[in-house]
Amino acid sequence: MIVVDIIVAGLILGGLYATVALGLTLQYGVARIMNLAYGEFIVAAAFGAWWLFTANAISPLAGLVVIVPLAFLANWLIYHLLLMPLVRRARSREVLEGDSILFTFGLLFVMQGVMLSLFGGQLYSYSYLLVPIDVIGTTVSANRLIAFAFAIVIGLGLYLVLTRTRAGTAMRAVAVDPRSARLVGIDVPRMSALAFALGGALCAAAGVLISMFLTFSASGGVLFTMKALIVVIMGGVGSLLGTLVAGLLLGLAEVATARLIDPGLTLAVNFAIFLAVLLVRPTGLFGRPSS
Amino acid sequence: MMKTLTSTLAAATAAAMLLGGAAAAQDKIKIGYAVSKTGPNAPGAGITTIPNYQLWIHDINEAGGIKLGDAVVPIEVIEYDDQSNTEELVRAVERLVNQDEVDILLTPWGTGMNLAVGPTFNKYGYPQMAATAATDRAYEMGERWPNSFWMLGTSTMGANSLAEVLTTLKGEGKINDKVAMVSVADAFGIELAAASRPALEAAGFDLALDETYPITTQDFSQIINAARDSGADTFVAFSYPPDTFGLTGAAIAGAYNPAVFYTAVGTAFPIYKDNLFHDNVDGVIGIGGVDIDDPKFQDYRQRHVAVTGQEPDRWASPITYASLEVLQQAIERVGKIDREAIIKEIQTGTFDTVAGEIKLDRNVNANVWWAGQWQDGDFHGLAPASMKGAVKPVAPKPAWKPADK
Repeated sequence: MIVVDIIVAGLILGGLYATVALGLTLQYGVARIMNLAYGEFIVAAAFGAWWLFTANAISPLAGLVVIVPLAFLANWLIYHLLLMPLVRRARSREVLEGDSILFTFGLLFVMQGVMLSLFGGQLYSYSYLLVPIDVIGTTVSANRLIAFAFAIVIGLGLYLVLTRTRAGTAMRAVAVDPRSARLVGIDVPRMSALAFALGGALCAAAGVLISMFLTFSASGGVLFTMKALIVVIMGGVGSLLGTLVAGLLLGLAEVATARLIDPGLTLAVNFAIFLAVLLVRPTGLFGRPSS
Repeated sequence: MMKTLTSTLAAATAAAMLLGGAAAAQDKIKIGYAVSKTGPNAPGAGITTIPNYQLWIHDINEAGGIKLGDAVVPIEVIEYDDQSNTEELVRAVERLVNQDEVDILLTPWGTGMNLAVGPTFNKYGYPQMAATAATDRAYEMGERWPNSFWMLGTSTMGANSLAEVLTTLKGEGKINDKVAMVSVADAFGIELAAASRPALEAAGFDLALDETYPITTQDFSQIINAARDSGADTFVAFSYPPDTFGLTGAAIAGAYNPAVFYTAVGTAFPIYKDNLFHDNVDGVIGIGGVDIDDPKFQDYRQRHVAVTGQEPDRWASPITYASLEVLQQAIERVGKIDREAIIKEIQTGTFDTVAGEIKLDRNVNANVWWAGQWQDGDFHGLAPASMKGAVKPVAPKPAWKPADK
């Protein structure tokens, strides 16, 4: 049942990629902060989950309840205290994007340094729910399956927030056109701060979920930033659906390549798909053409 | 013009250093090193290299210093982060030599890093104790750079040791003649896979699966499924620590139970058992090994834990500390910081270390463990079987227990 193997494993890996990228979609798509320290936030959350689990015997799923709100608060503060001056002086989105890249590039090293001094350079990992589970004839580990289920819940929750609530609609308006959003009475800076903080909370949730089955270290954040960037850009900046589709597509392609051709070609295939999408649709799968 | 100026400067520095070396008794010995405290090499350096440097420095300070003739000379340590970047590493080592004017250099972590910095050590004539580099070019490098010492042997030794273990098990009828082999697409995995193909073939094994995967791979379930489908009783992965953990996790989650389950770097790390797989580790074979019952190792282990707060790994950790012991004993035998004489002593001398007696063969330490197995809760050396304290391989590995805690 090679096909079932590939589809199940591909969806689960793709779901993981999409989860990792969701937060960046909000931060970049709405708040226009190209957060290069994104992976460091993921790793920080993973450390949080690790600490709760190994030192306090709190399961990572329960840890979400603590870590996610904390991350929301921390990101909200970061936006208000550190990013606001950049937002105020930026004359256009492009300027803000450039400034935020420089700022978060610095933030990356600060966070990495703090984590290195706290945890050292070792690899961290713990085993939680490492139990084989049979899914329509193929075996999947319980921790990945649960992470996938949580990712679906989180993604769905975010979709509902964005489409069914006033704040969500306002955020989408800011993503599409901040100037016009202002004209209809939307408090753009407030919405941007909210989107950045919400993105940070999602990022932390992803960090907690992947810590259940991936090895991480204080200096390993860049890898997550890269994956998230590819998914976000391929899906179309600011598009939730795009992030989801791009994540799943990459996951399926990676698993199929590993199984049918050679695991050595997974990276090549991933980047080939990325390039092909950008050649055909420069703004990504679901991106709006810039005016 | 610039070039002449630089070379004049270099000559002047060299002359100054020679004069400095010839000057009267030293009041301190400067020791410097650059190692990966950040970047992708940081986890390996954080487990194997840095704690042993700390322990060694601690031990020297306890003793008051290094013995030079009749005097005990205290040390001063200068440390830089190479950021896992070879150019940064070379720059840092140049700075250690030219600006900090260190007397002794310690080495960075990893095969690639030690190869990259080889020319610099050689140019300035510092002994290079490469304790975490496993390469088939060890003998060639030792010849090209007579100041370089390759303490972890060659990849071919690793491949032969694995073949030795598998041949024993096949002879006992415990495994069939098929092997599923995967390797990480990085210098280490490529070299070991390349050395293993002929070694396994010569031992009468057939490679039912032979694949590589990129270093950033996060999903190993398909590799495990492909290995299961291959019909091999033996699973071999020339992996790096994150993939070692990922592959083992995927094998447990996929209830994949081959008679022999081998993963490479990281299997002998204490966290493999303590933080990750607990009682599931028994029977897993991996790269490295130690003679657990050797009182010297036990004494070293206890001091390592007491000083650094963490367990040494069961492969390159004792070798790293032993290479520092070799260096220190050579310095003390020479009785002064005369690097040429120290290099000569390391080449020809015999040294008593935590990893046993070390006598280098053409600048390469050939007596190293290359295969070990988790048995009764610790990682014991299996091969080469000629090593003191080698235990017999056990197969089949007990089936994985679901780890639900």
